[in-house]
Amino acid sequence: MAASTAGAIGTAPRGSLWQRMERRVLPAFTALAIVYLMVPIAVMIVFSFNEPAGKFNYTWNQFSLDGWLHPFDWPGLGDAVTISLLVALISTIAATILGTMIGLALTRYDFRGRGILNGIIFLPMATPEIVLGASLLTLFVATALPPLRGGVPTLYPTGFVTILIAHIMFNISYVVVTVKARLAGFDRRLEEAAMDLGANEVTTFWKVTFPLILPGVMAAALLAFSLSIDDFVITNFVSGTTNTFPIWIYSIQRNALPVQINVIGSIIFLGAVTLVGLSSIRSGRAARIR
Amino acid sequence: MTAATVPGARPGPGLRGRLGRGVPYLLLAPGLFWLTVFYLIPAIQMFTYSISTGSVETGYSIHLSADAYIEGLSKFGKQFLNSIIYGGLATILTLAIGFPVAYTIAFRGGKYKNMLLFLVIAPFFTSFLIRTISWKILLGDEGPILAVLKHNLGILPGTFSVLGTPVAQVFGITYNFLPFMILPLYVALEKIDFRLIEAAEDLYANRAAAFRRVTLPLALPGVFAGTLLTFIPAMGDYINAELLGSPGTRMIGNVIQNRLLVQNDYPVGSALSFILMAAILVAVALYARLLGTEQLTG
Repeated sequence: MAASTAGAIGTAPRGSLWQRMERRVLPAFTALAIVYLMVPIAVMIVFSFNEPAGKFNYTWNQFSLDGWLHPFDWPGLGDAVTISLLVALISTIAATILGTMIGLALTRYDFRGRGILNGIIFLPMATPEIVLGASLLTLFVATALPPLRGGVPTLYPTGFVTILIAHIMFNISYVVVTVKARLAGFDRRLEEAAMDLGANEVTTFWKVTFPLILPGVMAAALLAFSLSIDDFVITNFVSGTTNTFPIWIYSIQRNALPVQINVIGSIIFLGAVTLVGLSSIRSGRAARIR
Repeated sequence: MTAATVPGARPGPGLRGRLGRGVPYLLLAPGLFWLTVFYLIPAIQMFTYSISTGSVETGYSIHLSADAYIEGLSKFGKQFLNSIIYGGLATILTLAIGFPVAYTIAFRGGKYKNMLLFLVIAPFFTSFLIRTISWKILLGDEGPILAVLKHNLGILPGTFSVLGTPVAQVFGITYNFLPFMILPLYVALEKIDFRLIEAAEDLYANRAAAFRRVTLPLALPGVFAGTLLTFIPAMGDYINAELLGSPGTRMIGNVIQNRLLVQNDYPVGSALSFILMAAILVAVALYARLLGTEQLTG
């Protein structure tokens, strides 16, 4: 390109301009971007100590520990949080088991259709959430209308069970991808060594393979849990009158914005940060020992 | 495989021996069953409704009619356009913000790399709705930002507002999907062998030329992945439109949600979802051609 010959003459000043940009401008820009990412979190935490003047926690009024002392003091909030936790827990366990099995099959075995399946497994992740939710709703509705009515179990009106079905569905692909990434760097000779030493396939799996992929499975479970507990778009289509925490926020925010939303949001945030912090400290220590 | 072992070295046939080639299929069966029943069949069901006529009371019958598609496109063209414009703008903004950030973390992060990455994903630990509500607080007409600009500094007129405009909406969408852009960009940039850039400089390319000719092409898969991860959900988003926008800035997601959950109009809601899906597929195909690499996804 012409720029390289032109640049040869003016190399020093142009290079130094670029270098100055890399040294000064980029870090400053990155710091600003991170502030941008953090601001709403800071607002959430700060406003959890507010005592709103009216029903809406929109403007700062006065410092108060009220929300923190009574975190569930709003009709329906406690139930919504309980349902969110239950759905997240059950769907995480189910999706982690189903997804890990698919991940194992895709990485350790050669079978017909593997290539296609490797692509297909991305489809649910590539489908917009709104389409996933909408299509699930049409299926659930169809089970209650002719011609399906009577022929299959009815899943309408929607509620806890349909939320659970949806969450397991959208979590499976994420688990598969996470577990596959972990299995990609897996040294198969470890398994061969175990079998050479007389272990059968089942023993080898539980004594060698499983402990080695466990960190990947745990990471997948953590991801599934956080996706589930925060999901709004899909859940909104399949929840009927059952409230999860995000659905509860959505339905109440038009009439009121209680400080408790910020309190529970902060608790979830701090809990997740602590969990990730602890696990990274542990894995850091494990890496040093190795 | 362990073909080299002496015959009989293993005690008896293993699980693989007994079940033969069935093992992978047994592993796949439960998960694929779930995905078939609750991903594939719903898609088929939705398609069936989109070409059906009827109502919830009478049930639906397939009529092979395109009425729902025609109605959807003619009534909600504006909302589709909003989705494309706002989703597209937000995607461009996340790329413009995300690339320098990912570049800085990958090449200049040093010992702070992990901490910076952690800060990038930290928003995921709070509810998407709460974050959007936080922006509603911040951008409010008498919120902390505008109040200072209006009353303390007097830069803006008292009637100035951001909330309810496309600006606030695009701002919110950009915010929500920024981490989805930064992470794949980071992964792509981090993988670049720095010696390639040094080699370019040894061959008398200055830093800017080395960036343009070496770093940027190698980062393209990350740009591709990040753009898709941002654009696809941004197109279908309806929370930002509802909380930060106004009725005039509604996107197609708002219409789909309204048709299916409020009006119980399954044919039109389904048809709109299919059009959205098709629009996204076309956009992705065009974009892949534009970037001009077939192995982008690899």
